[in-house]
Amino acid sequence: MESERNPRSWMIIGLVLVVAIIFIGRLFQMQVVEDKYLVWSNDQSIYRKVVYPARGTIVDKNGTTLMYNEVVSDLFVTPVKIDSTFDTTYFCSLLKINPAEFVDKVKTAVARNGKLKTGIFMTQLSEEQNARLQEELFMFPGFELVERSSRKYPKPMGALVFGYISEISPSMLKSEKYASYRQGDYIGFTGLENVYEEQLRGTRGVQYYLRDVMNRPKESLKNGEWDTPAVAGSTLQLFLDADLQELTEKLMQGKMGSAIAIDPKTGGILAFVSAPTFDPNELTGPDRNKNFAKLMNDPLTPMFNRAIQGGYPPGSTFKPITAMVGLDVGVITPSFSYPCAGGYYACGKRIGCTHSGGGHAANLKNAMANSCNSYFCDVFRKVVDAKKYGNFRSGYSEWVEYMHKFGLGHKLGIDITGESGGFIADTGFYDRRNHSVNYSSCNMAATGMGQAELILTPLQLANAMCIIANKGFYYTPHFVQSIDGDKQAEALKPYLIKNEAVSHIQESYFQAVIDGMEQVVLNGTGRVAQLPGVKVCGKTGTVENKAIIRGKVQKLDNHSVFVCFAPKDDPKIAIAVIVQNSGYGATWAGPVATLMMEQYLTGTIKRQGLVDKLENAKLIKPYIYYLDSVRRVKDRMNYLSKNAEKIESDSIKKVMDTVLVNGILEHFGFKQQFFIKEEELEIKHEN
Amino acid sequence: MGYNSKPFSERLDWFLFFLYLILVFVGILAVYSAEYNSFSEPFFNMGKSHMRQLIWLGISLFFGLIILFTDAKFFFSVAYLAFLIGIFLLLLTFVLGSNVKGSHSFIKFGGFTFQPGELHKLFTALALSRFIASSETNFKTLKERLTTAAIALIPAVIILLQDETGLALVYFSFFFAMYREGLPNAILGIAFGGIALVLSSLLVESGPLSIALTAIALLAIWILRTQIKRQKIILVYIIAIYGFGLLFSQVLVPFAFEHVLKGYQVERIYSMFGQDVPIEFRKAGELPKQDADYNVRQSKIAIGSGGLMGKGFMKGTQTKGSFVPEQNTDFVFCGIGEQFGFWGSSLLIILYALLIGRIVFIAERQRSVFSRVYAYCVAGILFFHFAINLGMTMGLAPVIGITLPMISYGGTSLLSFSLLLFVLLRLDADRHVLIR
Repeated sequence: MESERNPRSWMIIGLVLVVAIIFIGRLFQMQVVEDKYLVWSNDQSIYRKVVYPARGTIVDKNGTTLMYNEVVSDLFVTPVKIDSTFDTTYFCSLLKINPAEFVDKVKTAVARNGKLKTGIFMTQLSEEQNARLQEELFMFPGFELVERSSRKYPKPMGALVFGYISEISPSMLKSEKYASYRQGDYIGFTGLENVYEEQLRGTRGVQYYLRDVMNRPKESLKNGEWDTPAVAGSTLQLFLDADLQELTEKLMQGKMGSAIAIDPKTGGILAFVSAPTFDPNELTGPDRNKNFAKLMNDPLTPMFNRAIQGGYPPGSTFKPITAMVGLDVGVITPSFSYPCAGGYYACGKRIGCTHSGGGHAANLKNAMANSCNSYFCDVFRKVVDAKKYGNFRSGYSEWVEYMHKFGLGHKLGIDITGESGGFIADTGFYDRRNHSVNYSSCNMAATGMGQAELILTPLQLANAMCIIANKGFYYTPHFVQSIDGDKQAEALKPYLIKNEAVSHIQESYFQAVIDGMEQVVLNGTGRVAQLPGVKVCGKTGTVENKAIIRGKVQKLDNHSVFVCFAPKDDPKIAIAVIVQNSGYGATWAGPVATLMMEQYLTGTIKRQGLVDKLENAKLIKPYIYYLDSVRRVKDRMNYLSKNAEKIESDSIKKVMDTVLVNGILEHFGFKQQFFIKEEELEIKHEN
Repeated sequence: MGYNSKPFSERLDWFLFFLYLILVFVGILAVYSAEYNSFSEPFFNMGKSHMRQLIWLGISLFFGLIILFTDAKFFFSVAYLAFLIGIFLLLLTFVLGSNVKGSHSFIKFGGFTFQPGELHKLFTALALSRFIASSETNFKTLKERLTTAAIALIPAVIILLQDETGLALVYFSFFFAMYREGLPNAILGIAFGGIALVLSSLLVESGPLSIALTAIALLAIWILRTQIKRQKIILVYIIAIYGFGLLFSQVLVPFAFEHVLKGYQVERIYSMFGQDVPIEFRKAGELPKQDADYNVRQSKIAIGSGGLMGKGFMKGTQTKGSFVPEQNTDFVFCGIGEQFGFWGSSLLIILYALLIGRIVFIAERQRSVFSRVYAYCVAGILFFHFAINLGMTMGLAPVIGITLPMISYGGTSLLSFSLLLFVLLRLDADRHVLIR
């Protein structure tokens, strides 16, 4: 029977075999040769969940929480995945936004990251939005919720110390430095958040899940074999004293200026205020962008960190430093006396002095207590004209060198962003300004009383006090005491180095200046700073300052400045306070400083009346707003002139800009109350 | 008749029986893994498809046993009656048909539904075999051939009217049996040539295709050179066929796609094969729909991602994520391809080839024409299901909803294939008896 086999049965068997071989060949091609299917498969079935670590938090010197994290959800979008089936109306109703906003947000995401990349759609959803959306998220391809921690500050203080965090920008992502960051990550932009980014950031974790066709994560992939856990960021412990900081911010409200307290023994910053300031909570939360714009446009520039960026002539508070240099160079002794009769006339033009009584500058101590201008102008001139330096130019260079050793004229290296170095004029500066090299110590005699061409930041001023209090050395002022309890952490190493630039100066000279500063508080201009039971050393300053208004140099109200440290024999706190345009040093800055010392050294405030008085004092002058508008117009003009070519090419933009500038000019032209009349300006004499 | 005196257990083709059982159990595991996820209940859960499939296996084996203890001649005698009852049931669905997934081809019977179209394959096979086997039938005449074709195509037309295109097309598989019984080679050649031409026009780029056609034509001329010397007309035929092939693939198809058919129609044709519409056929302003070829794309992803060794049993990410629609019925092969990879799916293909080959072998050892034709009918049906179902999961054949025999989930489907095979086993057990 087998032999009778029909040939057609072989045909059929052959056909079956051919089909089977084609299939096996096709399977070989799909499964073995090509790998695109596996890529596609992983792409759609594996859900990579990024677990953001809790960012490190910050506590004060006593462990009080200054900042904590709150878990919030951010909504991310991958624009290309939104398809025609997307139910925009329903989606908007879940989020309670209107469709126009939806389109806007998607457009923003596309503009920032392109269509293919995942970017932020909405940050920090409310609990309600989050709950509603989570249920229905599978209906909206292209959207995902990511849990993150957002900053919260229990007390509205320290905004400029902490800085803020924000989503990393696309341009930053391109840089090698940020290679480990991904789209949508938060990064510290300013303040401690920026400087200690590495420590605060923690390590991101990744979890892989299988997801189904509805986009729902179902189970861990390979039992979590590929997952990496998230490691929380480190905790920073600061030197900052929460109570002192709170008090200082309260005292400085309604004023413009700065107040800094440093522990001279460690360089740790105990209080750090730039006024006016703002609530750091404004730069977290969903209204962040709105608030940011508001703060940027505030004429009082609360985002400007006056404590490290503001430049002020130190005025009389500089006199202890002049004295130190004079003593070290050897041009004076503590008993040096100057016959001041109400002014310094040695250089022809009179430099006024408020005192004319005989003997008010009989020795260093008295000159300091009475803040004799003539005395310190003379000391300065004696230094730069000292015989041992040969000529005036090298003498002045030597002086500049002293300034640098006292931490002036250069950045100190504080551990927050944006520090400026102040300004100490060198001979080159004077050469350029005078268009010649023919000038003498007379041209700059006021330097000795802290006026002339020197600009200090409040931080530098406070640090100079530390040097005197420590009798010669300082630690770079800094905020962070320990990282996760480790005081020797690598990031803190630079702050553990003792800076001994002026420790060669004899202790007796320091003692003489310190005694003088004590006299200031006991019998001199700074009596307001007296604190029962504590030996306080201080120095007042009333700083002349000018602004160009309507093309003329105008004198503005004096800055009230006060520096001090205490206790005299075992300094625990050094303070510099500046209250802009408010009057005498002893009127406003002194009381602020004394209350700060009282709080820090005794732990309580007994002089509540003084606190109330300061708290309620509104000392910001209306012309500040005017000056701000002038600055803005000037900035605008600068911008326009700098970018003239670019703007010309874009005619529409140019028209808009012109309208804007004209608008500003017109606007302020009519607001007469913001101009100060010249006769209203009371010209005050140096204290 | 010494052979018949052997005990029944020795006359039964155990090889075929075990192939059948293996495939059914592969199917149950495939269905189980398609529905499995880590949070699901234990294996023995009556709510799950694989357990229902097990019950259907029990039912199938029960009927199979009855069949095995029935006299082989019974099937011969009831063939026409069964065919008529089947037609009646098919027509009945127009009246009683209940809507299952948009199809009206199901009848609700007590607690469960069944599809007369599935069962009717058996009846048609029996009727067709009996007709060809009848002593008065002379399969050489056109009239007899048309009648045979009518037996196969009448149910197909009825089923087509029920919108069950896939099932209706299965009835074309009876041409295998008819071919074996003497349908001219030319018909097979024309049929396969036509299918090949249509497929290649769609799937192969026009340049390589025209080269291939030319090569085939030249090859044919070379092979047939001696015949051509004797009969010049053969050369004319070859050139005519070659010309038609070129005309069809290079002119007619592009012309139809560009000017006659609407964009969505072109798209539907291509998406049947899981292909994107080639750029030249895209209508201006019409973007390809992302989901037109969704099933096949997902199916290819699932299979292709399996790799050489597969992802492992119950570790198929695509299967678990339910990315492939119909993944325990029409696209059940995806789960196997993904979990067991190239070796597993090749093994399955070899099992099917063995099964079909065995049936052809069995067919050829039958003494009676009835049994032989019936066996070829079964082989044809299985081959058609096998080729189209696997072809569509790999993007080689159009997506028409037909199942993978014994493996796809579905009670009527399993039962009908089981009955087909058990009747074959019964007939084969009496292969030395002349059934008429």
